[in-house]
Amino acid sequence: MTLSRETLINLILIVLLAAVPFVALGIGQPFYITLATRIAILALAAVGLNLVLGLGGLVSFGHAAFFGIGGYVAGILAAHASSGEALMFGLAGSDQMPVIWLVTLIVCGIVGLAIGAVSLRTSGVYFIMITLAFSQMIYYFAVSWPAYGGEDGLSILVRNRFPGVNSMKPISYFLICLGMLIAGLGLFSLIRASRFGAALQAARQNAVRVAAVGISPYPIRLAAFTLSGMITGVAGALYADLNRFASPSMISWHMSGELIVLIVLGGTGRLFGPVAGAMLYVVFEFALGGLTERWQFFLGLILLAVVLFARGGLLGLLAGKARHG
Amino acid sequence: MAETVLEIENLVKNFGALRATDGVSLDLRQGEIHALIGPNGAGKSTLIHQICGTLKPDQGNIRFSGQDITALGVAERARLGLGRTFQVSSIAPEFSALRNVMLAVQAKQGTSFRFFTPVMRDRSLTEPAMAMLERVGLAARADIPAAELSHGERRQLEIAIALALESRAFLLDEPMAGMGPEGSKALTGFLDGLRHEAPILLVEHDMDAVFALADRISVLVYGKIITTGTVDEIRRDPAVRSAYLGDHA
Repeated sequence: MTLSRETLINLILIVLLAAVPFVALGIGQPFYITLATRIAILALAAVGLNLVLGLGGLVSFGHAAFFGIGGYVAGILAAHASSGEALMFGLAGSDQMPVIWLVTLIVCGIVGLAIGAVSLRTSGVYFIMITLAFSQMIYYFAVSWPAYGGEDGLSILVRNRFPGVNSMKPISYFLICLGMLIAGLGLFSLIRASRFGAALQAARQNAVRVAAVGISPYPIRLAAFTLSGMITGVAGALYADLNRFASPSMISWHMSGELIVLIVLGGTGRLFGPVAGAMLYVVFEFALGGLTERWQFFLGLILLAVVLFARGGLLGLLAGKARHG
Repeated sequence: MAETVLEIENLVKNFGALRATDGVSLDLRQGEIHALIGPNGAGKSTLIHQICGTLKPDQGNIRFSGQDITALGVAERARLGLGRTFQVSSIAPEFSALRNVMLAVQAKQGTSFRFFTPVMRDRSLTEPAMAMLERVGLAARADIPAAELSHGERRQLEIAIALALESRAFLLDEPMAGMGPEGSKALTGFLDGLRHEAPILLVEHDMDAVFALADRISVLVYGKIITTGTVDEIRRDPAVRSAYLGDHA
């Protein structure tokens, strides 16, 4: 079996990302490990969004809601674990990442189902606006919730634990995040190739056709939206643990925009689009941010160039047009 | 008389002051091709939309295989076995011809909520889809993205999709539109055989095809069916000649 050009590029990207922390240790610049971890987490968040945006063609401008919920689940469970106070319904907190991720998946699943059920009755610009409205509602809710930090956010004193690994060690935490990213990519790839993925992608291309063969697009899209929110939520939990801080800014609409930008930069609907996009974004942020505070102006120019001249994003540029078997 | 598959009763649809469908009754029987003709603006498209479920009629009802489907949506009607082609080809443009048909096979098999088996390696999808492409003569183009198919090939693809649904009735909206003479002839031959699998309600402007194929013809003018009859009856009908056929008859 010969590798397609895209598969080869994907492999190079993931190896490159995995190598960064080891090189960083080698040259005595551990700060780069944090950068690589940030890339892995943002990429995972964007993998989630890519499911609805890339495969489903649904521009959700509210995925920060899930990212933030994940962050707050990590923060709140950790706070209760360290204080020993019971959570609602007498449930205890937890400082175990697998527990936190599970709770994140459940909460984001429920919220995703609710937001999706309403939002997906609309389309186009209305869908964008209604998803934005929902995430802003959750944003203001977090801001006005003094029990968990309100506007100031919620600190996580000690990074949550992962069985058998010292998660405080930057490189260990990076490997946890990389593992989750790879799992997310694997899931995305399976879904894309499946019957569900076929229906989802066909509904993006031509919803009328999908209905005419007897598949209702709505439940397909709702399931995709929910799954997508769950993946982005787990990324949020990882992000809060990376910074040891969950803040309302994770839920702000800037974050939703950032995730869309990542995907467009990397390549919409491509398996590794989010990875390529997150790498570009974080590297720009770091390189340009070191030169000028106005780095986002230059990011804007680059985004403009991508949209005008390289519609398929970085992967489109490197691997050519996407093909459906 | 053969069994009635599709029965439309006294259908009415208004757009504001315009009565686009004005008390239309129509039936489609097992084994026949029933052609629906009429001048532009007669309300053919509006009628088709109501039959396949994109528009809801204001009055009247539609029965399909003995079941009242008036309140059902597009996807539900398709699942019951109402297969259609569109006036302007409607396909998933990025998918290959094969994948377009596979989607129909998948829909026919039941749920699309299957997340882990790759469709391209699922022979219960690829093989029937390929067989349908072969039937319409599109097998050699199976891997071509639908957007790159020629106009005529897209029409063939739509028919392959309708076949894959194992429809109990076909609703073909101007299948000959934009086809060259060769293509029209081939398609006419194909549809001639297809009627034995499931009856066809054929909306068509190509009178040669209609006269060659139809068992019965209904003529729609200003939202009303002015007459229904065999090819000979329609050709002779003076009202039809003045309303529509003109020099053709």
